[in-house]
Order: sequence, then C-alpha cells, then structure tokens
Amino acid sequence: MALDSLAVDAWLKDFASEIHDNAELLTDLDREIGDGDHGINMDRGMRAVAALNPSEFPAAADYLKKAGMTLVSTVGGASGPLYGTFFLRVGMAWTTVEDAASLGLALRTGLDGIIQRGKASIGDKTLVDALSPALDAFDAHASEGISAALAAAALACAEGRDGTIPLIAHKGRASYLGERSAGHQDPGATSMTMLVEAASRTLS
Amino acid sequence: MKKLINDVNDVVKDSLLGMEAAHSDLVGVDHGNKVVYRIDAPIANKVGIISGGGSGHEPLHGGFVGLGMLDAACAGEVFTSPVPDQMFAATKLVDGGQGVLHIVKNYTGDVMNFDMAAEMAAAEGIRVESVVVDDDVAVQDSLYTAGRRGVGLTVLMEKIVGAAAEEGKDLDYCVALANRVNDNGRSMGMALSGCTVPAAGKPSFELAEDEIEVGIGIHGEPGRARRKIGTAGEIAEMLVRPILDDLDYRGSEVIAFVNGMGATPLIELYVMYNEVAQILEAAGVRIVRCLVGNYITSLDMAGCSVTLLKADDEMIRLWDAPVWTPGLRWGK
Repeated sequence: MALDSLAVDAWLKDFASEIHDNAELLTDLDREIGDGDHGINMDRGMRAVAALNPSEFPAAADYLKKAGMTLVSTVGGASGPLYGTFFLRVGMAWTTVEDAASLGLALRTGLDGIIQRGKASIGDKTLVDALSPALDAFDAHASEGISAALAAAALACAEGRDGTIPLIAHKGRASYLGERSAGHQDPGATSMTMLVEAASRTLS
Repeated sequence: MKKLINDVNDVVKDSLLGMEAAHSDLVGVDHGNKVVYRIDAPIANKVGIISGGGSGHEPLHGGFVGLGMLDAACAGEVFTSPVPDQMFAATKLVDGGQGVLHIVKNYTGDVMNFDMAAEMAAAEGIRVESVVVDDDVAVQDSLYTAGRRGVGLTVLMEKIVGAAAEEGKDLDYCVALANRVNDNGRSMGMALSGCTVPAAGKPSFELAEDEIEVGIGIHGEPGRARRKIGTAGEIAEMLVRPILDDLDYRGSEVIAFVNGMGATPLIELYVMYNEVAQILEAAGVRIVRCLVGNYITSLDMAGCSVTLLKADDEMIRLWDAPVWTPGLRWGK
C-alpha cells in the first residue's frame, strides 16, 4: 500500500517546510485582518510535528493522530484546535485508506471535524473556504486516481483561497473588522492551501 | 523594535520567571505548563477559578492570581490562546472538590482551546463550568460573527466572582454571578498607537500623528473606525456614548473602570476618568466604585478603554471584599 507511514511523513515534513518558508507571509496576512501571529504559531506547531520520529509510528493512522495532538498542544489560538482536530480526525479515518475514494473520505472526515470545532460555514472567510471546494474537486476526480484527484484539489484549494479576498469575515478575529476585512486574503485559507498542495506533491 | 527582552522566543518564559521571583509569597509557577497558581492551591472545598489567554495583557491574568481572585492563570504565547493541556493542568491543580470555573474571554481560539480542556477535565471526572465574557460594544453582536470580544469586564468579573468563591459560594452560584456580571457590563476602547508583538517585530498598525483608532480590542487588531484625534472630553464621548446606547444605565449604580492599554501614563487616564465621570453624572448614572490604571493591556499600545458595570448590592459587597494578588490588593 502506497499511503503508509512514510508517505504521511513526507506530507507532514513538506507542509512543515512550506509553513516555515512562508511564516512571514502568513503573519503579514494575519496582521492585516487578525492579530499577526498565524505564521509564528503554525511554524512552532509544525516544527514540533517535524521533530516527531516516524519510526515510532509504523501505522500511518497513529502518526497522523500524534501530529494532531502535537498541534493541539503547541499551536494555541484558533489554528491549534482546528488543524489539530483535522489531523486527529483524518488519522481516525486513515485505517481504511487504500485508494482515492477512501483518501477523499478520510480528508472529508477532517473537514467535518474542523467545521464541528470552529462552527464556520462556507463564505465565512476561513480555511473552510479553501478546504471544502478542494475536497469537492477531489471527489469529482477520484475516479482518475489519487494523483489526479489531489492535483485537482490543490487547484481548487488555491482558487478558494483567492476567493476569500473579497469576502467579509464572519468568524475569527477578522470578523471584528466587519466590512474592513474585505479585500484581504484569509491567512487560514492560505496555510490550508499549502497543506493540500503538500499532499498533492507527496501522497500519490 | 526596541524592547527589554533577551530573545523574542523567551519573552513569556522569562516574564513568568520574573513574576515567580517577585511574588513568591503569593504565587507559584508551573513553568512546563506556563500556569501561575495560588501558592496555597488547591483549597479544599473551595470552587476553583481559573482563567487564561494570550500573554501581553499584564497584569491580566497571572497578576490576578491570589486571595479573593483567581486560583490559577494560563499564559499563552503573546496574543495567542493557551493550549488545552495548560487549562487542563491548571484545572487539576486548583480543584478543591467543588468544581472549577473557567473564565474565558470571547475569542475564537480561546473558546475552542478552553472547550477542549473542559472535555479533558470532564473525562477525568472534574466538574467544569465555563463563562464566556463578551463585553466589547465595538463589535456588532450577531449570529454571523464570532461575537463581541471579552475585554475590560474580565478584570471586574475575576475580582467579583473570585471573592464569591473565596467566601465559600458553590459552583452554580459562581456561574450565575459571572453571567450576571457579563449581562450588566459593557466596554469600549481606543488606541493612540498600535503595539508591537515581539515575535512579529513590527507594529500591528500605524496611525498618523493626528489619527486615533476607535473600537479596538486588546490584541493590536485594528478597530471599527479611524478618526481624527479630539480632546479627552471628545474621546470620552466616543467611548461612553456607545456603551450607554447599548445598555440602559439610567438611574443605576456602576463600577466605572478606566483602563490603560499599556503605554498611556496615569496622568492621562485620570484626565479621561474625570471626563467619563462628568458624562455619567449628566446621564444620571451614579459611580459607586471605580478602578483607574493599567489592568488589561495590549503590550505597548497607547490608549484606553472604559468599562461600566451596573452593579447590584451583592456585586458591590464582593468588589469591596479582600483581594491580595500581584496586580490588585486591598482590604486584607
């Protein structure tokens, strides 16, 4: 089976290095409409995840769950519970991942966890606006295999991220700005796109 | 950026070390979990009161740990909610068998992390109740936003509810009292300057020499509107009027709190208090107690906030009750 612990390791490490390289961008985006710490917090969390020893987690599901718990314990803010819950739920569903359909299902379990924890809907200018269309695109291309489905998901995710720019925030600290939040790209949707793009590069 | 720090990554850690060294008679610090706790915790048969949030608001919350106020406070990174492990550790540390109340400021991250901690505590059989403070009238309250922020009223709630727990009131009483405080208090803040998060190194926002930001929170986030600066009297109007428009204070007794955002000198806060008092007198609102100073700050932001709590006799009695913490002391 392709999607084993090593594949998960590659995904997590790729995401960690993307976050690290773009920490300042994420923080700058957050400073415009939030409190200017998204890059700093995600980088702290993903560095802790990247420091995990993959050989301690022969089962990919356990590795993902540990990554989730690590994020919950190190990130703080809203991103910690949201990204942490995502990986925890994906991990719980991962035991059955063997093809594109089951991978799509596992990722959607993660999205459901995010929505449950953060109570955000489509259009609220959050990471849901990137991940939700990404998973719709994934499902639409699932019959073409994991690589094609993830490539489509990454494109849709980036479109969703760009689509947050005109939106007025209804959740998170950006919502305090009301109409002034429009015209800015959501930092959470930006980091989420890095996660899906990392998946597209590493899981196939 | 010019700051009195060693390393941007060690600001919270080093500050907690200093706090422990300065106030070892009152508080201890669990450095692993970044929890400041009452030196005599847990107190048997007393409801435990904990709070927490991002650092950078000092003395809130760690400075309010001690007799008659909080049993423990969790320090997150600067302006970042603590993680659930911290609140869970604090909850276990202060549980005296009567349950624990979490006082949570209404921010998306804080609420989610405290929720996860409460779930962890419940799984271990500790009774936890949570009260969310949301007193900031600058934020439009609706089902479609994160709701109003928790700001200045948090200080008054921690004092009043802490006093109730100290005199042996049970958890249900403390929850009802905290909600009563929240229902009867409102705040509004303004900034003369942004603030600089150490790890970011740049100011959260820049204001021109003649500009102020009205309706700010406590995290350097921009407010509702940018305006030309006016006199202290005009600015007091900008802060007090929206509060009076939001809740009917006519004929009531209030605890009035003029709070500095961190970089505003006390001389200006007293100028503001005088203006606030005059507006309230003209509006038929009687100030029965007050607090003026830097108690819930936003790092090096200049500016102030006004909080008005419609206080009943019980709240006033509990306000006057002894408190002995690093940041607030009287009556002992």
